Amino acid sequence: MAENKLVNKFGEILGKENVFQDDADRLAYSYDAAVLDSCLPSIVLRPTTSEALGQAVRLCNENALPTTVRGSGTNLSGGTIPKPGGVVIVTTALNEILEINEEDLYAVVQPGVITAKFAAAVEARGLFYPPDPGSQAVSTLGGNVAENAGGLRGLRYGVTRDYVMGIEFFDVNGELVKSGARTVKCVTGYNLAGLLVGSEGTLGVFNKIILKLIPMPAASKAMMAVFSEVSKASETVSAIIANRIVPVTLELMDNFTIRAVEDYAHVGLPVDAGALLLIEVDGHPAQVEDDAAKVEALCRQMGAMRVRVAQDAQERDKVWEARRAALSALSRIKPTTVLEDATVPRSKIPAMIRAIGEISRKFDLTIGTFGHAGDGNLHPTILTDRRNKEEWARVEQAIDAIFEEALALGGTLSGEHGIGTAKSKYMEKETSRATILYSRRIKAALDPKNILNPGKIIGE
Amino acid sequence: MSMYDMKKLAALVKELEDQLMVCMRCGMCQAVCPVFAETGREADVARGKLALLEGLIQEMFNDPKGVNERLSRCLLCGSCAANCPSGVKVLDIFLKARTILVGYMGLHPAKRIVFRGMLAHPELFNSLVKSASRIQSFFVKPADDLLGTSCARFLFPLAERHIKTFAPVSFLSRTRQPDTSAVSGLKVGFYVGCMIDKVYPDIGDAVLSALKHSGVGVLLPDEQGCCGIPALSSGDLKTFQKLVRYNLQRFSPGDFDYLVTACATCTSTIKKLWPMFADELSEVEKSKVRELAEKTMDISQFLVEKSGVVMPNSSYEGGKAILTYHDPCHLKKSLGIAAQPRALLCANSRYVFKEMSEPDRCCGCGGSFNLQYYGISASIGKRKRDSIVQTGCSTVATSCPACMLQISDMLSQAGERIQVKHAIEIYADSLE
Repeated sequence: MAENKLVNKFGEILGKENVFQDDADRLAYSYDAAVLDSCLPSIVLRPTTSEALGQAVRLCNENALPTTVRGSGTNLSGGTIPKPGGVVIVTTALNEILEINEEDLYAVVQPGVITAKFAAAVEARGLFYPPDPGSQAVSTLGGNVAENAGGLRGLRYGVTRDYVMGIEFFDVNGELVKSGARTVKCVTGYNLAGLLVGSEGTLGVFNKIILKLIPMPAASKAMMAVFSEVSKASETVSAIIANRIVPVTLELMDNFTIRAVEDYAHVGLPVDAGALLLIEVDGHPAQVEDDAAKVEALCRQMGAMRVRVAQDAQERDKVWEARRAALSALSRIKPTTVLEDATVPRSKIPAMIRAIGEISRKFDLTIGTFGHAGDGNLHPTILTDRRNKEEWARVEQAIDAIFEEALALGGTLSGEHGIGTAKSKYMEKETSRATILYSRRIKAALDPKNILNPGKIIGE
Repeated sequence: MSMYDMKKLAALVKELEDQLMVCMRCGMCQAVCPVFAETGREADVARGKLALLEGLIQEMFNDPKGVNERLSRCLLCGSCAANCPSGVKVLDIFLKARTILVGYMGLHPAKRIVFRGMLAHPELFNSLVKSASRIQSFFVKPADDLLGTSCARFLFPLAERHIKTFAPVSFLSRTRQPDTSAVSGLKVGFYVGCMIDKVYPDIGDAVLSALKHSGVGVLLPDEQGCCGIPALSSGDLKTFQKLVRYNLQRFSPGDFDYLVTACATCTSTIKKLWPMFADELSEVEKSKVRELAEKTMDISQFLVEKSGVVMPNSSYEGGKAILTYHDPCHLKKSLGIAAQPRALLCANSRYVFKEMSEPDRCCGCGGSFNLQYYGISASIGKRKRDSIVQTGCSTVATSCPACMLQISDMLSQAGERIQVKHAIEIYADSLE
């Protein structure tokens, strides 16, 4: 950053050790987990107090500096890649769990708290914070709220949005805005917290988040059902829901993914199976027994070749080990892994899986599909090498085709990874021109200099 | 403009491109990196460092010195690699990158003197340490009798450290080639390693007595050289290769069934790094390196898997002390050895074994990392110290003398009266 005066000011606010200017330090904040080009920021700030965070935002606005707030940088849609020459504000030093209230079932956190650490702290009190995105071991709660992150338990427990009771955030002037409350009911003013959830850092900068907690379910049971064909597996998904059973997780793996996992982890998966369903039910012990028996019977009725119900914690771990290994196993096959998350109404899963198969053949690409079949959120995973320009062009066409198909089936561009810059060009297709313009008017009113993560979601 | 030629550097680093491509930037390494846990800086975690190397290839910036500095802020503990979903060979990349960058920029003058002037010449190095052991009491004074630590009489250059001084007489100069008659029919070469030879000779004694007890014959060449890891981790490939050659002359794989060491770092270096950095050796030397690598074993692994652990004083009925164990990164994360040292510990019935929390979390030593970044090293070490203290143990065992040094420093500074022992010492004690 050329202007030394400004750099000194940031130093005064944050402490010099929390202002990164060296090339090498800045380069380490030029990317996230999306397969997109890096952009070098001109300065990186790591505030250690709320006050410093607010003042930093204000200074960025006064100087019209494009500002991208970043947690652990696990974003899969480019939401945390800065503007060239912009500012990155890293929230990982704002990592205090301020309160866990067991009587009123809520917690108050700073944005940089790590999701898994929070879930563990809550669990230690016998309570439950269900959202469990794949990156939870490193992701921040601020990032989860900004992206409205999902996870494996979305089917029964919903996503991050369903657990946000309130947000206190800085507007571009560094003034504190408060929305929501520590109460179950709250109709005080606009639902600004609702607007900020999933806004990908474009409307405000989180200072504190109030999260809803629920009691820990007393029991759970996991099982694995093996099918000869994907269609049978996905019909079973619909049958389970139609029978008024809502499992915690209802995950699907296609044959390609099954073989990749078995090659990598040797967990004893049936490599000739067309698809696997990994299912877990939870709740009161009696109800769990009941639901598990019903699900098992349904799987058999729908033509499962085999159903294995985990008898103890060890067997349960074994079931989930296979699912946890899916992304690792796929990503080891080729250098570049493109993880998509187009989502369809769950009844359209068989059609979507068929379409992905056709796309894979049409563009001659390797695509493994696994994901949250229970909520229609599949992860078609394209395996490629980005250096191969010709193949990469086909990958981009295939991504377009996947989105086209998801929209045609009444689905959505992104179930849980966000729009960022990766999918902003498709936004109008799913919504409407008016939607984009309406969103841009909101953005322009709240952020007149367009400094908060410009270009994300709604373009520029 | 910088003094460095960007194109030339990019071409050199490009050698790593295929391995770098494996990183999908998921960032899961942030969950396990001990350095990142202290600093929270992306350039301190594997993903950041890999991105920096990628940045050099893409010519996004031109600061090899800055990259090398950040690469050196790494314990080489391998936690990231062990936890990496896509299987990035992080340590291979970092070590190769250090040799490339140092080859390009030149070795730091002080390191040149230490590595090329001293370490590369084992006879000279040994005699230098011998002289140092005579005069060290002038510089340091005892700090804790139980831990056997000392601290500086003057602040420079040890600062607040509590160190273990050189032993008055090194293991190799006081130990004769043992009787090699092997009741068991097994014969091992014993690679001692610098730390055991010069700082912890008692561990060497324990190894010999355990082997004797199991009727294993021992070949113990004198004037052994360093395994080379200090040089390699500073990017000095030349000294590393010189030391590998020196050791090859002393250990011929045909002379024994297995090569045992009691130093996790030496074991992992011989098994993994000697073959990986053997490019410039002759074909004959390469095949010797491969053979040695295959035959090399940690002492606990050898005893448990090859010669059998003896359950000696099971009749002991006195009061039992609590014992815990720290997993050295170079044993567990690098070689997957964790059950074997515990089996040795449980053979000693004077102790009750109690697991600490996160026993495989790095102690923060990291060899020269400790010298360069003592502040970070100590804050990582304090977490380890707290885990040890929480067990209520009277003794903590481990399998790497470098970890012992770090843990002793942490315990001694906190005034914790907990002994630090090598697992083989606990086992050998039970044989008496």
